[in-house]
Amino acid sequence: MAGSIRFKNLRDEQHTFLKRILIAALFIVLLSGLLVWRLVHLQVVSYTHFTELSQGNRIRIEPMPPTRGLIYDRNGHVLAENVPTYRLEMIPEQVDDVRGTLERLAALGLVEPDEIDRLKDLVRRHRRFEPVTLGFRMTEDQVGAFAVNRQHFPGVDIRARLRRHYPFGELTAHTIGYVGGISSADFERLDRANYAGSSQVGRSGIERRYEETLHGTVGYRQIVVNARGRVLEQLDPTAAEAQPARPGGEGRRRSREPLPGDDLVTSLDIRLQQAAAEALEGWRAAAVVVEPRSGDVLAMVSTPSFDPNLFSGGLSRAQYQGLLNDPANPLLNRALRGIYPPGSTIKPHLGLALLHHDIVDPDRRIFCRGHFSLPNSRHRFRDWLRQGHGHADLKQGIAQSCDVYFYTTAVELGIDRMHDFLVAMGLGQPTGIDILGERAGLVPSPAWKRQAFTRREDQAWFPGETVIAGIGQGYMTATPLQLAHSTGVIAARGLRSRPRLVIGSGNGTNGESVDFDPEALSRLVLKDPHAWETIVDTMVEVTRGPRGTSRLSMQGTGYTVAGKTGTAQVFTVGQDEEYVEEEVHELLRDHALYVAFAPAEDPEIALAVVVENGGSGSRTAAPIARAIMDRWFEAREQ
Amino acid sequence: MIFEETQAFETRRPLSAPAHLLRSLHLDAQLLVALIAICAIGLTVLYSAMAESTQALISQSARLGVAFFAMIVLAQVPPKKLRMWAPWVFLAGLGLLIAVLVMGELGKGARRWLDLGIIRFQPSEIMKLAVPMMAAWYLHERPLPPSFGAVFVIALMVFTPALLIAMQPDLGTAVLVACAGSIVLLLAGLKLRYLVATGALLLAAVPLLWHFMLDYQRRRVLTFLNPETDPLGAGYNIIQSKIALGSGGVFGKGWLNGTQAHLEFLPERSTDFIFAVMGEEFGLLGLLALLAIYLFVVGRGLYIAAHAQDTFSRLLAGSISLTFFVYVFVNAGMVCGLLPVVGVPLPLVSFGGTSMVTLLAGFGILMSIHSRRRLLPA
Repeated sequence: MAGSIRFKNLRDEQHTFLKRILIAALFIVLLSGLLVWRLVHLQVVSYTHFTELSQGNRIRIEPMPPTRGLIYDRNGHVLAENVPTYRLEMIPEQVDDVRGTLERLAALGLVEPDEIDRLKDLVRRHRRFEPVTLGFRMTEDQVGAFAVNRQHFPGVDIRARLRRHYPFGELTAHTIGYVGGISSADFERLDRANYAGSSQVGRSGIERRYEETLHGTVGYRQIVVNARGRVLEQLDPTAAEAQPARPGGEGRRRSREPLPGDDLVTSLDIRLQQAAAEALEGWRAAAVVVEPRSGDVLAMVSTPSFDPNLFSGGLSRAQYQGLLNDPANPLLNRALRGIYPPGSTIKPHLGLALLHHDIVDPDRRIFCRGHFSLPNSRHRFRDWLRQGHGHADLKQGIAQSCDVYFYTTAVELGIDRMHDFLVAMGLGQPTGIDILGERAGLVPSPAWKRQAFTRREDQAWFPGETVIAGIGQGYMTATPLQLAHSTGVIAARGLRSRPRLVIGSGNGTNGESVDFDPEALSRLVLKDPHAWETIVDTMVEVTRGPRGTSRLSMQGTGYTVAGKTGTAQVFTVGQDEEYVEEEVHELLRDHALYVAFAPAEDPEIALAVVVENGGSGSRTAAPIARAIMDRWFEAREQ
Repeated sequence: MIFEETQAFETRRPLSAPAHLLRSLHLDAQLLVALIAICAIGLTVLYSAMAESTQALISQSARLGVAFFAMIVLAQVPPKKLRMWAPWVFLAGLGLLIAVLVMGELGKGARRWLDLGIIRFQPSEIMKLAVPMMAAWYLHERPLPPSFGAVFVIALMVFTPALLIAMQPDLGTAVLVACAGSIVLLLAGLKLRYLVATGALLLAAVPLLWHFMLDYQRRRVLTFLNPETDPLGAGYNIIQSKIALGSGGVFGKGWLNGTQAHLEFLPERSTDFIFAVMGEEFGLLGLLALLAIYLFVVGRGLYIAAHAQDTFSRLLAGSISLTFFVYVFVNAGMVCGLLPVVGVPLPLVSFGGTSMVTLLAGFGILMSIHSRRRLLPA
């Protein structure tokens, strides 16, 4: 038949079609018959059986929410816990005079008098036999007042429920996160059955990222209801449990205790966190402290912050709007989501790149006259020191933060090699920390520029862009977390670990605990491993050298600090203009940055401090870093 | 004056005013009345299932309004136009399906919704009509029964979107889309040996399918095979819906008096399991009445298909009618424990709007086909 030409035969076609329709109709009759047979079987033959079952359906299954796991800091301080909160509840069916009852409750100060109408409406719209919550957070006094008068209020009761509480409040808002009420949108991503009894779900930070671990498994118990659905008694789940299980009948069991969620141990050191928050007080700023070898985040602070307890207690629309519209943006986790030009803090990284690619040897000196121009160009790239640094080698280039040194060498290194090296150090991509929302920052390259811009003339890479990339300006951005992480890479001499906030979990029921292993990333290997020490030396020179940019802030430390200041321009100063801090609007003032690790020879901590519009790295950011490091080493000596 | 043309050989009589209106809107009175009857029954049961909420009633009515509007709009489109559009509608639907997989909104752990700013919709719904349209378009100019090559092409057209939908994952809709497309092939006179071969292939694919199923899908199948294994979890639905149906008896417990539904023993009572609420409150007689109307709608659809005058219209009308029956059977079968629990709503009765629009749009197409058939057989 293949190859032969067939024509459309309309008459045959219609005939076949009708035949098929008839067959389909036959099937329909058959299947409908099956359905009717089944229905007759259920509704006529087994009618008595199912009626009995339906009448016996007086035992309803009620979910019991699990207790949420606690969250600790690395030293065992509780950062998130569950505290009882008292709710005033009414069962409409058992109350004869709803309005009168509400008025008498108002007289006792248990409900607001102007709320009565709203509550009455709420009660009216509710099912008659289900408890309606009249008030969510009863104070001890209110609970006392009610207890004395309880007999006058049949159908009204106060019940204790658990509410999430963050003892350190603002201090942990950006890392631990918070829980909030479950919305119908949440149910689209949650297992409905497991959240049947739960009222809150992790909304941000660790609470969200580790929701599955923290939440636990829902339990069930049986309650006996009357024919109208009213609860008559609650069967003790343990008693039901004690009944001999039927053979192979795991599913036969009619009650199940909830399994509490696992506790989490975080890498945070809450006292260090406190010290960092105090040092940053008053600024829009962020600080991140990591342990270089493990990637443990010891402190992560973003100021200003907010009180996460507002969210777990149900915050009003006005409060939320207030937080959203605050110009200082307290909801923003600057450590994770703030992206800033890294400025001169990038110079030690670039120093490594220069050594790795043999662009300079440590003794090569470059003359700095206070500005730099590309060949055949009159555009002057200025040094922060107007009169220039004179002859500078690598050590002085970093210690004095000589811009001309890095303008010159950046051009020699070239943008592609610069890009690849910085990316290898962890910049320009999310570090992969275990909470959501991290931003990637940007390490620019010609390839990136071709992709990022649509207009042809914007896509070209200009030599001048390589020059300013050499001092961490231009397109280049990084988050404080990335800066701390990549500084940690220098501290650990090339060892890299994924930054993490959760270092272990514990099971509250059986007391077992698990330590999570740090996740090692591929090691950064230099052509000449001595380059690490060379760069560490230059960073020590920053804090110890006679002309080091942060020698004043780091005077008299009992430990050696390897540091680097950074001052990042927020706006471009014209060729003929001068930047005068006092004349510049606060929001356009330079960002102040500082990265450091200590002790330089065997680092325990690496950190990054970024102060928005802080003015200068050495004046604003370095003292903050000093305060944090002092706190760490003091605590260690105790 | 307009005369009823179909009865040309009889005495011409003038049309009444409503009949005139229906005629000029290309609507089919019998189909329309039956559909409205189903919707009315649906709203009545829904009111009971949704704990006597007027709010729900209003929102469901609003959706019905939109759906009937879609039906009327589709009835105005001549089948010829529809045929010309078929490939484009299909391609657009395919594009949207891919878009939804790439960037769709997550709903219940599945990517089904596409957010277009003002409206959110499930592109998989479009496919319920686009797939049979496409298959019918493809067969329209080709000799029937379809050659092996044609069958192969159509299988591709049907199973590519079905697979994409299954990946969302939305097994219920995937099955319905595959059904709608396959029915076109069957009606076109697909040879018996292909049918047998496909059946054997499907049977062989079961272990493979099992391998790719998600946990919840597997659980549903296992629960279907033995609901008693998990009375608190997935089996609970079936057990409770059987109790609801069975205790309804012949005459039912009466409207608003179903204890299973009102005491909340029956889960999903306003959506997938509304058939059980109906059975509990209106008994066997109520269910038989509803089934009878459904069967009337299917029958009328098949009648329209049989009288359609070109291949495209015929195949499409047949597919739409039979798919409607599949809908009813799968839902009712699931509720009374004949079939596993797949998320297929009871057409025009279950709460929720997306499938309603597609369903009535399909009937709009049927009406368009019927009202535009030329007289005089060849």
